[in-house]
Amino acid sequence: MADTAVHADDHVDHGAHHTSTGLSNNKLAMWMFLGSECLLFGGLISTYMLYRGRHSANLGPDQVWDIPFTSASSFVLLMSSLTMVLAVSSANRDDDRNTKLWLSVTALLGALFVAGQVYEFTTFYREGLGFTTSLFSSSFFTLTGFHGVHVSVGIIMLMSLVGMISKNKVVGDKKEVVELFGLYWHFVDVVWILIFTLVYLIPA
Amino acid sequence: MSTATEQHDTHGDEHAEHGLTDLGYIKIAIFLAVITAVEVVFSYTQEQLGAAFLPGLLILMAVKFFMVLLYFMHLKFDSKLFSLMFYIGMTLAVGCYAVFLATLHFFQS
Repeated sequence: MADTAVHADDHVDHGAHHTSTGLSNNKLAMWMFLGSECLLFGGLISTYMLYRGRHSANLGPDQVWDIPFTSASSFVLLMSSLTMVLAVSSANRDDDRNTKLWLSVTALLGALFVAGQVYEFTTFYREGLGFTTSLFSSSFFTLTGFHGVHVSVGIIMLMSLVGMISKNKVVGDKKEVVELFGLYWHFVDVVWILIFTLVYLIPA
Repeated sequence: MSTATEQHDTHGDEHAEHGLTDLGYIKIAIFLAVITAVEVVFSYTQEQLGAAFLPGLLILMAVKFFMVLLYFMHLKFDSKLFSLMFYIGMTLAVGCYAVFLATLHFFQS
């Protein structure tokens, strides 16, 4: 039995994690979480697609959308994905200074995106499009609101991570922690790629 | 996108990363920004594009989606098990909600 155990250990790759899969359980859990998030956002996007035509004549998507503004917001979020991947790259080089810098820039770009969303929501509300105005508005605010909450949670996570790296209080493998935060952030960007096209660019 | 910029860690340490160089990531971000600009142009030239409008826009969206997934999220370079975890959720979502929308006659309208 003991011999078998020794031989089994020999087959474990030296670069791998000491888990039954040889992979990081944390990373596997994050990917499972992101897979489950597809179901959440899939439901919200489908509901919006179903109800996007249910509105009054003068308060539909074609009347309220500001495509140039939303395009600029999309660009900001897309660039935050670049800064996030640069933070992960810096963390892999054990470059704490640049890791903190890129994480902070990512959080800043995320905050700019959320500010844009708040401005957009306020403008729609002033034009008479409230949460309960129509099935279109309810499904739109729910979908984009949930996405905005995800971005906001991401910003809080990023700023917490910057603080933890500064105080050297990151528990576990710092590179992996930064990578896990990066996966969450990129997923939020991926969801916006879908929302931008399906909600804003395809006319109702 | 060229894979010539791929860097492979030959040290074999525990944190070996397979991905692109920083320049490679910047090139991908520029590519994504250009696709976004093309999408916006599409939305303003809908009448000229005619039947090509919707498929074109959906293809551009899919290209952006998978570029971020494969390169920024490292799925192209990571274990297939991570891909499997995500694609199971994504396939379930697409399948489940396609049936949901079909049941409510969404595609007929």
